[in-house]
Amino acid sequence: MTIHFVVHDEHDSVGVVVVEGLKSRQPLTGWIMDQDKMIEFTAKSDIPIGHKLAIRDIAAGDTIIKYGVDIGRAVAPIGAGEHLHVHNVKTKRW
Amino acid sequence: MGMKLGSQSFEGYRRENGRMGVRNHVIILPVDDLSNAACEAVANNIKGTLAIPHSYGRLQFGADLELHFRTLIGVGANPNVAGVVVIGIEPGWTGRIVEGIARTGKPVEGFWIEQHGDIATVANASRAAYRLLKHASRIKRSKAPLSELWVSTKCGESDTTSGLASCPTVGNAFDKLWENGNTLVFGETTELTGGEHLVKARCRTPEIAAQFQAMFDRYQGVVEANKTNDLSESQPTKGNIEGGLTTIEEKALGNIQKIGKKCLVDGVIDKAEVPTGSGLWFMDSSSAAAEMVTLCAASGYAVHTFPTGQGNVIGNPILPVIKITANPRTMRTMSEHIDVDVTGILQKSMNMDDAGEALLDCIVRTADGELSAAEILGHREFSLTRLYESA
Repeated sequence: MTIHFVVHDEHDSVGVVVVEGLKSRQPLTGWIMDQDKMIEFTAKSDIPIGHKLAIRDIAAGDTIIKYGVDIGRAVAPIGAGEHLHVHNVKTKRW
Repeated sequence: MGMKLGSQSFEGYRRENGRMGVRNHVIILPVDDLSNAACEAVANNIKGTLAIPHSYGRLQFGADLELHFRTLIGVGANPNVAGVVVIGIEPGWTGRIVEGIARTGKPVEGFWIEQHGDIATVANASRAAYRLLKHASRIKRSKAPLSELWVSTKCGESDTTSGLASCPTVGNAFDKLWENGNTLVFGETTELTGGEHLVKARCRTPEIAAQFQAMFDRYQGVVEANKTNDLSESQPTKGNIEGGLTTIEEKALGNIQKIGKKCLVDGVIDKAEVPTGSGLWFMDSSSAAAEMVTLCAASGYAVHTFPTGQGNVIGNPILPVIKITANPRTMRTMSEHIDVDVTGILQKSMNMDDAGEALLDCIVRTADGELSAAEILGHREFSLTRLYESA
């Protein structure tokens, strides 16, 4: 079984793609590390290795949680399964 | 390994001041940029010595000059160094560096170019390098408990796999080394932004926490005073962003996985200062790889652990740099740069404890003399930190 994405904590907003060549509409297997749980998901974007997908629907202005901690804010709505990166999330610092 | 670290040992070089080194370098150290050519000529004459060229050392003043001296003296004093030839343009600052290194008891000789010229200076310094290399070649490795090994860490070209697996691998090893009484260090002050509260909470005492917070706040002030945007493409770097890291907060939370789950921060040091005891130290430092690893060398560390995601290729002339990655694409495309492959963590075929053990095993093998990937590939990045403009 291939793990396609990994989530640090079950309360996080995002998972990290850990395979190359992930395509939109691909069925995905995810591993939530801290709780050691597996989840099934469907990609809504082509997402490069190392990049993140939203694992819940996110509204513009929402805080993004990873490691159970605030990593920034959404500047556009992001649907579950979509690519989440510098085009739709910004730092709250600096 | 899998056994208690207390029973572990390594074979290194016992120096005059009691410290244990893992390499036996004779270095040719310029005081200033003007002396690089002479140093390189000496290293060319005496094979087996190593010139350490750099760009600075003229018209610096105040705290920036003190850092220059502290860094060069620290590099010469590092236990991975058996002997040092120092060359400067003039005798005053040359003598200051020679005296600083001589306090360790190791052999060091200084030369200056004014009133001699490059050719006579190179001839005289080459004879000294010859003597020092002969001396170094007679020193044998001897056994010491693993707790005498000073280990530093700093990550680079990080991506999301760094925070998931390669940084936690260092954290797992650091937890074990910390319990074993080793002397450890991490730094990268701005790269804690968003996770600084987590580091502060790990400080052993409220006094250390306050010292850490003051260093963090000072560095934030530098960013605030000089920034022209949110530092996108500098911190996180272009490579970090290509690797999937989106914000400084996300990068920081991955970075601080290197201090594990149990280690406490036992103290803070300024750049290139030498820790006064064992435990985990925080060094107020740049997050640029070559600067930070050079500062670790100057603080007396003997082996460096370097998690990478996208594949930073850094090495150092003084310290063996051990690279760890969890990114399968980096392993596929750049495996010659990687010493410890922990890609299995992301597919659940390797657990974090096994990864930590694999790294510890590599640290001991490297301390015993096995060459790191960066050493084999000739990576000797040496970069001095500057605090402000020269006069």
